[in-house]
Amino acid sequence: MKWSEFFVTGEPLIYAADVAIVLTMVGIVFVLTYFKKWKWIWNEWLTTVDHKKIGVMYIICAVLMLFRGGVDALLMRAQLTAPNMNFLDAQHYNEIFTTHGTIMILFMAMPFIIGLMNIVVPLQIGARDVAFPYLNALSFWLFFFGAMLFNISFVIGGSPDAGWTAYFPLAGNEFSPGVGNNYYAVSLQISGIGTLMTGINFLVTILKMRAPGMTLMRMPMFTWTILITCVLIVFAFPVLTVALALMTFDRLFDTQFFTMANGGMSMLWANLFWIWGHPEVYIVILPAFGIFSEIVSTFAQKRLFGYKAMVYSIVGIAFLSFIVWVHHFFTMGAGPEVNSVFSITTMAVAIPTGVKIFNWLFTLRKGKIRFTTAMLWSLAFIPNFVIGGVTGVMLAMAAADYQYHNSYFLIAHFHYVLIAGVVFACFAGLHYWYPKMFGHMLNERLGKWTFWLFMIGFNVCFFPMYFLGLMGMTRRMYTYSDGLGWTPLNVVATVGAVLMGIGFIVLCYNIYYSARYGERDMTGDPWNGRTLEWATASPPVHYNFPVTPIVDDLDAYWVMKKKQGGFQVKEEELKPIHMPSNSGRPFWISVAFFVAGFGLVFKWFALAIAGALFIVLGLILRSFENDDGYHIGVDEIKRTERAARKGA
Amino acid sequence: MVGADEGGYTVMKRAIWRALSVLPLLFLLSGCVERTAVLNPQGPVARTQYDLIMWSIGFMLLIIVVVFTLFTVVLIRYREKPENADYEPPDEEGNTLLEIVWTAIPVLIVAALAVPTVKATFAFEKPPTDKVKPITIHVTAANWKWIFSYPEENIETVNYVHIPAGVPVRFKLTSVGPMNSFWVPELGGQKYAMDGMETELILQADKPGSYMGRSANFSGEKFTHMEFEVVAQKGDDFKQWVNEVKQTAPKLNENKYAKILEPGLVGRMTFSNTHLEWIDHAKQNSHHVERKSAGNHGNPDHDMAKDSHHHGE
Repeated sequence: MKWSEFFVTGEPLIYAADVAIVLTMVGIVFVLTYFKKWKWIWNEWLTTVDHKKIGVMYIICAVLMLFRGGVDALLMRAQLTAPNMNFLDAQHYNEIFTTHGTIMILFMAMPFIIGLMNIVVPLQIGARDVAFPYLNALSFWLFFFGAMLFNISFVIGGSPDAGWTAYFPLAGNEFSPGVGNNYYAVSLQISGIGTLMTGINFLVTILKMRAPGMTLMRMPMFTWTILITCVLIVFAFPVLTVALALMTFDRLFDTQFFTMANGGMSMLWANLFWIWGHPEVYIVILPAFGIFSEIVSTFAQKRLFGYKAMVYSIVGIAFLSFIVWVHHFFTMGAGPEVNSVFSITTMAVAIPTGVKIFNWLFTLRKGKIRFTTAMLWSLAFIPNFVIGGVTGVMLAMAAADYQYHNSYFLIAHFHYVLIAGVVFACFAGLHYWYPKMFGHMLNERLGKWTFWLFMIGFNVCFFPMYFLGLMGMTRRMYTYSDGLGWTPLNVVATVGAVLMGIGFIVLCYNIYYSARYGERDMTGDPWNGRTLEWATASPPVHYNFPVTPIVDDLDAYWVMKKKQGGFQVKEEELKPIHMPSNSGRPFWISVAFFVAGFGLVFKWFALAIAGALFIVLGLILRSFENDDGYHIGVDEIKRTERAARKGA
Repeated sequence: MVGADEGGYTVMKRAIWRALSVLPLLFLLSGCVERTAVLNPQGPVARTQYDLIMWSIGFMLLIIVVVFTLFTVVLIRYREKPENADYEPPDEEGNTLLEIVWTAIPVLIVAALAVPTVKATFAFEKPPTDKVKPITIHVTAANWKWIFSYPEENIETVNYVHIPAGVPVRFKLTSVGPMNSFWVPELGGQKYAMDGMETELILQADKPGSYMGRSANFSGEKFTHMEFEVVAQKGDDFKQWVNEVKQTAPKLNENKYAKILEPGLVGRMTFSNTHLEWIDHAKQNSHHVERKSAGNHGNPDHDMAKDSHHHGE
């Protein structure tokens, strides 16, 4: 391979990105050196096993990836604003929608949700960390280096360009000979392994580490949704692992699993992809439901209505999520029997989801609703998600789906469920738990500006797409001709996308502004919360709870406040606390994954083997390691507690 | 259960129809109906789908109205105000009766949608009328063009297709490369064209006219340009066109055909024979050859569409 092929060339946008990347890296090195922060970043962040810090790192990455995916989206909207535009050529457009989809689902939505669950779940169940803190760090760094590997593709070697679904035979060597789809296969594999371990980790954490008295039916709704999500991860991600492994073999070693010749079966890829892909969508939406449940209940100042029905409905949705995958390709010709069955199972998803919508509405009824920014996002979710949901039912009708499939009607539908569902939840959760993460609030005024700009922009952008779909506009078209009458709606959609972009900029400014001037949360409970995370200081001390709280009802902290005026800690009850040690190994094992992955992408097998050997070395060192963590003495706990609570 | 639903279904259908007859006005706001291809059905298949779409939109609007009204009322009535500073919201656990109501109503709605959906899904497998003998056209998607072969008439066209109006057309779909989707929204919904497979899509045009078709499934760099025109003609005109093609169009040979298949764009072409003489891409994947030789399918009339169906399971 020549160097001119190694680096992507020929596009001014790419050169600008090259310069930006180099400047950012130089900037980071300079800042860390100038302020002598190298040691700090290594000790406090890169080697941490603290679930709260890992959660914060996930969210930082997710926001950066939201920026990247958002820029991709704006480039696409720019290209589609007018007919016959030449802003992007077809190849460039194909790469951009591929990376937009992959990044938004796997490197934005997933880490945002996983970040929030890292921060919140151990606190909500009264635990001091997750069940396997070392594994948690490894999960994060595998995700991080998987995401980095995916992201460098657009300056080194070339981006994948076969869509985020990477359907064969298009994604095979014959039609996609470059390294782009190698990046797809390998980087998703690396971060996917991280996600699978997160699923196992939180499943065990929630099942085994709840505070005494917290039975399953007293768990906060967010924790419930995470429990079910982990079950989905554990069942769905192995399918992705296998599918990606087969794809990698096809691409690197010329096996014929999905190819056109020698008995390959391209439809097998579509099936495997969606057997993972459909539960994957619910992996991001169920936690969103959990976030909304917490926030709606807090700001309606009322217990969640129909808690049990809510639990049963998420279990029902999770079950259904595994038996609906064929609705992604009703048009494959599987026959009317198959299509009818999957049609009905898909429509059935609307039933438990409807139950949840009404339960949220009835939680609000008779409440005393406070319109904070977090609450605005949660309230806006209801009508917007209902629009996405009912159009989802329309898509579920196989015979009618033949007319909607792959059109902008579909694009509108899944953005209505994923943005109004997941992205609204991420923003809601960010505003809600921000004081818990950083000890200060996000500015409410700026928050509301973000909300209105983004929410209105979202509707202006995506509502017209339903009509574009009915007009015959299909997804992934890089341009269209003048006479079709699609121009006005496309212009409107672009205006909406720009509004969303402005909303995002206001959010970023808010993060900066609030860090400098934001109100400090000295109470630990700024919203009059109901669950145990609000019983800790903001931000919580690294061991979370000086003594394990005792739970005797749903909304444990709410009841504590009513009965005892808060979470009471008597100094004589303190005992030494056992905590896990930091480790740099998850970081460098993940670097080895990155190196091995990079070697595989370019078929530089010597490099891949070297990386793999380091991974194995890391595993060997870990298995002979004898580190039982450390204990925090009672005196130190007393000192820390007094310092943390002096504001309260 | 299906039978019991039927009576209610038709009565309700009529009522909702009336309410919906104003709905197209809404679409006028965003462009004219003729341009909204899916809502401008020009054949029986598209019309069934249109009916289904309108039927479902009725229910969906009903759901939206109920939820939005509840939402608005609740937000206005129960917001925090200076007057209700002392109000302490009650802790309700839930209400079993309400839970049953808002589970049962969606179940009924899903049933009301499922019945016509299943009916239509099965109906699309057969020609919309059995009074007229259908014609067969083989459709081959290639990077990035559509090739139409008429086995009975022994002619072939590229990037456009003529069909007789009022006659069901069996499009037998396959692909020489990436998966594409054959979609003519005014005539009816789409189906995939896949390598080594044969899928079947039956469409019919009511009257003569020109209808836009395109690939709805991304298939690589120039996929956007995979458009074709469907020209529906009166029976006699169609016959005359076929005869003209037979007399005037050049012959296609293997070399010329290989050139057409090369990745890239081509204009419209017309030939007085078909490539089916030497290759049928639907039967090219060795997967099927092996299966046959292994004796899994002894039937000589073995239908590839059924075969693909089998794999789908």
